[in-house]
Parts: sequence; structure tokens; C-alpha cells
Amino acid sequence: MSNIHQVNRRDFMKLFGLASTGIILGCTSTVEKKFQPEINKDFFAPNLFIHLEKNGNITLIASRSEMGQGIRTSLASAIADELEADWKYVAVKQATGDAKYGNQNTDGSRSVRTRLEPMRKMGAAAKMMLISAAAKKWNVVATDCKAENHFIINTVTKDKIFYGDLVEDASKIAIPDDATIQLKKVEDFKFIGKTLKSVDLNHFTHGTATYGIDVRIPNLKFAAIVRCPVTFGTLKSVDKTDAEKTAGVEKVIELDRIVPPVGQFFGALGGVAVIANNTWSAFQGKLNLNVEWDYGENHSFDTDNFKQVLTERLQETGKLVPGSRGNTISAFKKSEKIIEATYHVPFLVHAPMEVPNATAWFQGDKIEVWAPLQDPQTARAELAHFFEIPLEKITINVTFLGGGFGRKSKSDFVVEAVALSKEIESPVQVVWMREDDIKHSFYHATSAQYLKGGIDKKGNVTGWLQRVAVPSIVSSFKPMSDYASGLELNQGFTNNPYKLDNFRLENVKAESHLRIGWLRSVVHIHSGFGNNSFVDELANAAKINPVQFHLNLIGKDRVIKGKSNYPYDSKRMKDVLNNTAKMANWEKHYPKITELELLFIIVFILM
Amino acid sequence: MSKILSINGKSYTIDVQEDMPLLWAIRDIVGLTGTKFGCGVAQCGACSILIDGRLTKSCSMPVSYGIGKEIFTIEGTSENLEFLREAWNDGNVPQCGYCQSGQLIAATSLLDKVANPTDKDINDVMSDNICRCGTYTRIRKAIHKAVALKNKAI
Repeated sequence: MSNIHQVNRRDFMKLFGLASTGIILGCTSTVEKKFQPEINKDFFAPNLFIHLEKNGNITLIASRSEMGQGIRTSLASAIADELEADWKYVAVKQATGDAKYGNQNTDGSRSVRTRLEPMRKMGAAAKMMLISAAAKKWNVVATDCKAENHFIINTVTKDKIFYGDLVEDASKIAIPDDATIQLKKVEDFKFIGKTLKSVDLNHFTHGTATYGIDVRIPNLKFAAIVRCPVTFGTLKSVDKTDAEKTAGVEKVIELDRIVPPVGQFFGALGGVAVIANNTWSAFQGKLNLNVEWDYGENHSFDTDNFKQVLTERLQETGKLVPGSRGNTISAFKKSEKIIEATYHVPFLVHAPMEVPNATAWFQGDKIEVWAPLQDPQTARAELAHFFEIPLEKITINVTFLGGGFGRKSKSDFVVEAVALSKEIESPVQVVWMREDDIKHSFYHATSAQYLKGGIDKKGNVTGWLQRVAVPSIVSSFKPMSDYASGLELNQGFTNNPYKLDNFRLENVKAESHLRIGWLRSVVHIHSGFGNNSFVDELANAAKINPVQFHLNLIGKDRVIKGKSNYPYDSKRMKDVLNNTAKMANWEKHYPKITELELLFIIVFILM
Repeated sequence: MSKILSINGKSYTIDVQEDMPLLWAIRDIVGLTGTKFGCGVAQCGACSILIDGRLTKSCSMPVSYGIGKEIFTIEGTSENLEFLREAWNDGNVPQCGYCQSGQLIAATSLLDKVANPTDKDINDVMSDNICRCGTYTRIRKAIHKAVALKNKAI
């Protein structure tokens, strides 16, 4: 068992880019050593993230993708805070997908958590260099100088120099050693932790923010692809006549499925692509295709039937999951009441407002891509692999994302665009119709779970048995992954916040027939729904106010660590619960309430 | 055959078939990409534009319908839209921003008709526009704010 666990964990680390988090981006880290700042009269660029011009304008690089979470603003503000920059001079530029920026994988709700300190260091180091430059100019010691709102101030003479006027001198200062960088105290923060408006507001309110679908380059063609309605089915034959006659259509191309190697990448489903001189003609051409498919082995897959299959499997004992403890069987025997429940979650699709799309230009020895991507580095590596072009010859321009939710972590739509561009020898934009997005996604898995709980006379939970059947994300990368992996179960199943002496978790077989992906909060969708629904049932059986019942079950104040690097504090959880109940006027409504339901989930503490 | 579309007070001569939806003519032929594609079946509101002042889902109206009429998109400017923009900025309304062109156009059409909309007026018009990030409460607040800004300015 533990062996399976480890294998899955390693796969997961790889899939989610955890193994190469690459966040050691102090100013003298390997990345920075490679980066020798240019001595330049016109600008000061002490590291990859800061570009200061003579007029005082500062361009800060955002290395994570913007999809509504405000990360461009957050990351820039972290640099600017330590740099003591005047916010009005700050502009933000999006990084291309490149390892030199550290890990850019924007998922798992961890961008600020992992990037805050490195970004602060970038700003702090630049500030030190500006101070050194000013001190040299004034012929004083650096400790007599301080930075404030885009100026270096001589604290003795009160002289001040504007940042822009230090550009040339600061460029000659050596990059400070990582160990010498001092970060600000929390109470001195000007931007971090404060409410800032999005740096991109003006673009959003004028329609000038460029999303993937808005990319326009010379000679751009547009493509729509019909894919087999059954996942992994293949093309038998296609009659292109009607499609080719469609106004605006230029070409119809068969696209083979691109199968990813085991353990990595996403590949592409393949199908038949219609190339046109505008998006709508491509859509019309696609609808005019007459295609015959070989549906393949998933032909008989039926979601209702699959739900039934999973539910039936819950009747048998599953694989015991590490973290189980005590003895639920004897606990149930001693219980006053036994409660059982079965819960289902359907397949879910991300449906971001902006459909999957990508613009690619394959130019023989190099590739350029413009796309709304959460994980541009994986896309880049994937293209290097499939198209045999060296990484450094592949440029991934990350556009704004009209929503991501995990869908845009998968670069299948980029692979499609590059494959087509290579074929037609022209830049092309692949646009998924909304129907394609719903039909061919990397779905968030369905699940079935069975819960059995016992309570004693006082309403304490004596034992908790939980059987979970959920197709694994790993199945999209490794065939025969028929059980949820350890890291999936560690999203709310093994590490639920409850104080349970007798806890038994069983992993039940759930093979995959579709491309399983992750949708925001991932497995917490299953665990949060199951756990909380069941706690409500138990509270009801015990005739105890569910808020109080939740508080009792969380138990005494403690730090809950599990396998996570980010332990959580049960006291804070209880505070959240109490405050939420207060804000919802719970006591006033209980027990009459029917529409008020209490749900308590802690998400993404694992990464 | 070439046709003339009047968008935000400017004339564009385009050569497309008449049944192409206005959305794609505006985005791909004229080149104004502020108007967004969301669903293609007039259900999400991302493609909202005004045609002779009427709120219209451009993904589902053909080019032929727009000929000879005045089309207004997010790239345009009007008194109400400017107050809305200010209120949108003030309330930091957008998240991913993708639906906001449509939201602002829908809100403009509302203020063009109702000077002082109630929450119900707002809900009636704005419920045609999906925001996947869920900025609805901020949108409602910002529309009230835009009215306040306008009343103050007068």
C-alpha cells in the first residue's frame, strides 16, 4: 500500500510541478547568477523582474497568469513595497513562459504563498542597490540613506534623489548577496496585505485587455476542430465537400490524436480541423463536416450506469488508506445510533467564460504561441517534445485568461494550434466552440462515497467509516490508475479537521473513461461535500445544533499538520465557523431553517 | 459584396456574407476585439452591443441586421458609459474581466433608459449577463455608484 502511495505521490509531484517549484529566487540564486545586469545609461534592471527607467517608470514582471485572482497586482505590489516605489510609476508586464522566472504554474491557489518572499527580495535587493548608488554619489555611508516613495533620502542632510536619476549609477552596483537582503517588517507594509485596485482595470473597462481569443497577427487563419464525441475515439472517414464549400473556409485537415508519453503532458484529441479566414466560417465549416467515427472502447461508457457501478462497489470493503486509526467496528457496536449515507458528485466542466483557444505560428525552426495558459512552461516543454524544436526556440506569450479554473492548465488546445500551423504553414488561431468546451474537457471527476457514523448518548461521534470511489487525475497521465492517489485523498479525506479516535478510510476502485482533470479546489469538492453533508446528518441524529456539532467535532485547539507543509490551526477554523454563523444569523434561524446549510471546507493546505 | 457598418460613429466597409453574426464581423473583420465570444447562442451576454440604442446579443444577429444602423461597442464612449467606467474603477469591479465589456454595455443600456434604477431594475437587465467570477454584487453597487456620480456632476 505505502508503495502505491509513493508512486502516486511522485507522479503527482511531477504533474503539478511540485518537484521543481523553483522558488529559490533570491537575488544571488542560480537564476540570478546567470543574469548579469547590463550597465546601461537608460535603465536599471537589477534582476529579471524589475526595469527602472530614467523618467522613473518601473516595469515589473508578473510571472504568474492572470485569470481574475489579481495576481499581476499582488506580485507587482510585493516587489514595489520592498522597493519603496511610488505606485503611480508602476506598470506590469507579463512574463513569457520560461524557466528563468521560476515555476510559473498558476494553480493550486499558491502563487502568493510561494512567490511572495522571492518577489519581495527582488524589490529589496533593487532598493539596496539604489541606496548604495545614492550613498556613493553623496560620499556617505549607506546607513545614512533610506528609500521612500521613489526617492533615496539622505537622513542627515535631508537631500533626496529621484529613482529615475539613479538609473546609471545603480546599474554599476554589485547585486547584493542573498544573505544580506533585509525585508521590511509587516507593520511597515504599504501595499502587501492592503486592498489595491487591479493594475489592469482600465483595460478591462475599455475592452483593450488582450485575451487569447483577441490575439491578431498578420496573415492569421482561424480554425475549428470537430472531435470524436466519444473520448479517444478515432476518425473513420470524413466527407469534406460541404465544409469546403462553406464561405470563408480555406482548408479542411485531418488531425491525428497526439498521445502524450506516460507520466507527462496532455497531447491532443485529434479530429478534423476546418481552416477559414474568420472564426465564424471555421465554425460553420465544422458544422458542415460529415464525419464517421470509430468510437473505440469508451463507446459503451454511460455516466448514469457508471454512477450505479461506483455506488455498488461501495458495498464492499475497499483498500485501507493510511491515516485510518482506532477500531470503527467495535466503535459502531457500542454506539447509540448508526447513521449511513451515500453521496454523489457528477462530472463537472470548468466552462471558463473564454473558451479554450490558442494562436500558434510554427516557423520551421521555431514556434511562437499566444495563449491563455495557466502553465506556460509545461506547454513549452510539451511543444518541444512533440514538435522536436529546442525549448529556447519556443516562445510562449501568456495572454489574459478569461477564467481558468484549471482548464487552462492543460495545453491540449496549444498543441492543436501548433500542429495545424505546421501543416498549413501559416499562423492560426484555434477556437473551441462552447459546445466543444462542454463535450471535450478534462472533466472534474465524478465520485461516489459511502459514510457510516456512530454517535453515543451525548451526541459524540464514536466512529467514522468512509469509502470513496473517485477516478484519479493520475489516469490522464498513466493508464490503469484505477484508484485515487494519496495526494488526492489528502485533500480533505485523510486530513479532515475532525477529532476522530475511530476513523477508517477506504479507497474504492474507480477506473477512468474520460480525460480527468482538476477544477478549482479539486478533490475538496468531493470531500467537502461528503464530509459536511454527513456531519449535518450526524448533528441531526444527535439533535444538536449543527454549528455546535461541527465545533465539537473539530475538538480542542490544536495544529493539524497531516502531510502538509502548511499546517492549519483548529482555533482559527472554529473562529471562522463562529463568525460565519454569526453573520448568517444562524441562531435566529435555527432550527427552523431549511435554506441555510452549513458547509465548512479548508482547501489547498496541502501544497 | 461590400457592406458598410457604422460602429461607434465610424464607418467600416467590410466584405462578408450577410448572415455572418455581427459579433464575428466586429471582431474578425473590423478588428474590434473588445466585444467577446462566450456561448454563441445569446445566453451569456459577453457579446452585448447596442444597435440603435437597443441592447443586442451580437453573436446571434446577422450583419444584415446591423446595416444602416448605429452600432455601439465597448470601444465607444458615451456619457453614461464614462460614469459607469469611473464607478467600475472605483469599486474594482472586474476579476478576470472577460465578461465586463458585455456587463458595461448592458449597464449603459440600462442607464440610457432608467435614470435612477432600483435593484430590481438592475437585476432585470443585468441577469442576462453571466460573470463566471461572480462579480454581481460589485456590479450592482457600481451601477448605483455611477448614478450617484452622474447626479453629483449635474
